[in-house]
Amino acid sequence: MSRANGTPYAPHTDDETAAMLAAIGVDDEEALFDIPEAVAFDGEFGIDARTEREIRDECARVFARNDDLTEFLGRGHYGHYVPSVVDHLADRAEFLTSYTQYQPEVSQGFLQALFEYQSMLVELTGLDVANCSMYDAATALGEAATLADRVRSTAGDTVLVPEQLREGKRAVLENYCDGADLTVETYPMTDGTADVDALADRAGDDVAMVYAESPTVRGCIEERLAAIGDLADETDALFVLGSDVVALSVLESPAAVGADVVVGEAGSLGLPTAYGMGLGIFACSDEFLRQVPGRLVGASEERAPPEGARDGGAGGADAGGTRAYTLTLQTREQHIRKERATSNICTNQAWVALRAAIHAATLGPDGLVDLANDCVREAEALAARIDELSGAAAPVHDRHHFREFAVRVDQPAEAIATDLEGEGFAVHAIDDHLLQVCVTDLNAGRTDGLVAAFEEVL
Amino acid sequence: MIHDQANYEREGEGVREPLLSEKGQETVDVRADSPLPDDLTREELTLPNPSEPETARHYTRLSQMNWAIDSGPYPLGSCTMKYNPKFTEDVAADPNAAIHPDRSARSAQGNLELQHRLQEALADIGGMDAVTLQPPAGAAGELTGILVAKAYHAHRGNDRSEVVIPASAHGTNFATAATAGYDVVELPSGEDGRVDLEALEAAVGDDTAALMLTNPNTVGLFERDITEIADIVHDAGGLLYYDGANLNALLGRGRPGDMGFDVMHYNVHKTFATPHGGGGPGAGPVGVVDELAPFLPTPRVRETEKGSGYERFEPEHTIGKVHGFVGNWLVLIKAYAYVARLGDEGLADAAAKAVLNANYLAERIDLDVPFGPFHHEFAATAGDRDAADVAKRMLDFGVHPPTTKWPEMVPEAMLTEPTEIEGKSSLDDLAEAFNLAYADTDEALDAAPNRTAAARIDQVGAARNPRLSWQALDGE
Repeated sequence: MSRANGTPYAPHTDDETAAMLAAIGVDDEEALFDIPEAVAFDGEFGIDARTEREIRDECARVFARNDDLTEFLGRGHYGHYVPSVVDHLADRAEFLTSYTQYQPEVSQGFLQALFEYQSMLVELTGLDVANCSMYDAATALGEAATLADRVRSTAGDTVLVPEQLREGKRAVLENYCDGADLTVETYPMTDGTADVDALADRAGDDVAMVYAESPTVRGCIEERLAAIGDLADETDALFVLGSDVVALSVLESPAAVGADVVVGEAGSLGLPTAYGMGLGIFACSDEFLRQVPGRLVGASEERAPPEGARDGGAGGADAGGTRAYTLTLQTREQHIRKERATSNICTNQAWVALRAAIHAATLGPDGLVDLANDCVREAEALAARIDELSGAAAPVHDRHHFREFAVRVDQPAEAIATDLEGEGFAVHAIDDHLLQVCVTDLNAGRTDGLVAAFEEVL
Repeated sequence: MIHDQANYEREGEGVREPLLSEKGQETVDVRADSPLPDDLTREELTLPNPSEPETARHYTRLSQMNWAIDSGPYPLGSCTMKYNPKFTEDVAADPNAAIHPDRSARSAQGNLELQHRLQEALADIGGMDAVTLQPPAGAAGELTGILVAKAYHAHRGNDRSEVVIPASAHGTNFATAATAGYDVVELPSGEDGRVDLEALEAAVGDDTAALMLTNPNTVGLFERDITEIADIVHDAGGLLYYDGANLNALLGRGRPGDMGFDVMHYNVHKTFATPHGGGGPGAGPVGVVDELAPFLPTPRVRETEKGSGYERFEPEHTIGKVHGFVGNWLVLIKAYAYVARLGDEGLADAAAKAVLNANYLAERIDLDVPFGPFHHEFAATAGDRDAADVAKRMLDFGVHPPTTKWPEMVPEAMLTEPTEIEGKSSLDDLAEAFNLAYADTDEALDAAPNRTAAARIDQVGAARNPRLSWQALDGE
């Protein structure tokens, strides 16, 4: 029973391959390829096959070339400690190696997990509907803009965003807006949060969407969300609020401040910062239900069985009426509506949503609120310590902060960031004399070291 | 409540696991211990609060109510559900790889090196000149590719308004073109299931930005006239886009770049066996020919001039970004590990066995299989039976059914893709499940499935009366 396959993952023995070829009536596998000679490939890539062990060693060696730094980096990508139970449960092969739930009768487990994830987001946002995962915060913001374009089709084509916005988010938004013929404009900020007066001056019929964040990219908690919501409402613009799953557990409810849509990151639960891999939040009010992009799971029932069912079991006369879950409202989606779909999203981040849900369940509401409160307290405490150093002032903005804050330094910020790397710490340089520092439960134990390193390099 | 579904026998109210919210919720007074003023905080938060053992049991139970490739055959056409090698999980779980995206290039040399290696390997496999790893899914790759094409035309002062797409193409192609702001021109299939060259000639013109094509196409047919197709599109000034969903059938046997394609995406979660995770995360790197490289998303990775390391750079006419950072990094690592495990010979053999399996299974089933010869997948027709009913009945025989009712060019289609990982005996079982279900009585098909964790689910009712959260179930 030799398995002479080039791929280690095909089970065919030589005898089986021969029997299969005979059944088809061809001499060899080559005869099955219907590729004209002119475009057939018979060259080599020069990729040597390696053993598992060789590849594990090779990749470990490569990744070890990343410097071993303690990261105080944030700006939309946050690391919190992920309890071991999350890995162990999410890595169960029945979750990990499954696919989109096109046959709900054999996918009840994943469907229920996604339904529970949606429910968690409904609680956190106060909105009626949450989809079960988008790629990340930036693409979710882009999808919100195209939603604004669809639901505000008689109004304007301008999308207003804060001038302080993560560059990558803005760049992704521009691409979604380009296809929808929307124009992105910024509104000014004052001391880290929205300049609501300037925003009021700019508001008008040509605005399709107003986007605000809390916390902002500088880590400031936005204090006038309700006023921004009112402004958007007055001109019938969509009010889109950006946040993240941990902050939402303590900040005022997006529904209460008038948000029509909430976008942001949910991967801050369940995932490490993972080089920017994420999980987009997308929640909205019922009004836009049939315009929501992406996948939705709904509750339904098992169908009452028809007469004459056989085999016993579920088809028996007693079945029917039991709650069950299924993907739903698929007439919005690309495989049904094609170019009229609400989005081109197909595969998304289901498994990451599962991880976020397990992490949230492990924390419970108490644990979530404690984690969020620590994000406020640790930031405040670390800013105060850095502020005591000569040559640095923090926090730059006189606001409440969540996880992160800006630091003004007398010397060039880039040089300080580079010097801090030399001391084993990574922080972000915003511009000439501004640094940004982000503290969470993962690095809170290393703040003494960071402060000492600052002292060293300032 | 039955907690044992090993034999899938069900009675009474059936098998179910309560929602976490049904096992108990807790309301926390958020303001009681908040460092923030009351006007910035919510009053309370209500969520389930299970103990860790309860959490473990809940999700273990849910996992058991779930079909997966590790459970058995999963021959969903066009989805390429392969076995996912376990070691790739360990490679991707290296904590050194999960660094923050804002790390300086200087301190992230390891990640940049692996990105560079994967870019190079993918470029070779696709016959492309440059690759970006940024798009986080196949559909995101499509959008990236079409935005690159759009930027290329705009840069040449040659704005074009239409994208041509065969009727049988993946729905994402249509949605992608529309998302990028293009009008879609639908191309009817020829009588042999392939692109009709005359229809193509009629469809393309001065407004054509691109033709989006998958090859082999969605009924498993190789577009033999690909050189002529490429000439027609290029002569009209358009670009040829390759949808990589079916690349598994071509690995090491043919390269999109050699066929005249200018831009393509790779579904690494399909072709390179990275787990689909119940519907993502995937990753959709995009490859392009030299002419289009300046328009790729930023940042890209290259070797430094001295060759001593790697650096990020912004392509000259970049479209900007399609994801917050470089995309779904952990998925990309798994794809790299898979390609390295197979090497040249393994990649080519994966295609060979995938094609062998599809043809063998098509031979073994009693259903009619129109068109042919096909590569890695085939669209059988259930004829006068309802394909969805046949599929539900197949579930009772212990296999996952194929994709049903798509593509529409085959009536009552059952699009089947066994991939290379099924052996002869597994394919024989699959064929038997096909044949038993197809030959069964109307009553049996109507009642199916009845050996699964749930009986047939009322999907129409779910859409008519949407209940999308446990909050929406209150009062039931």
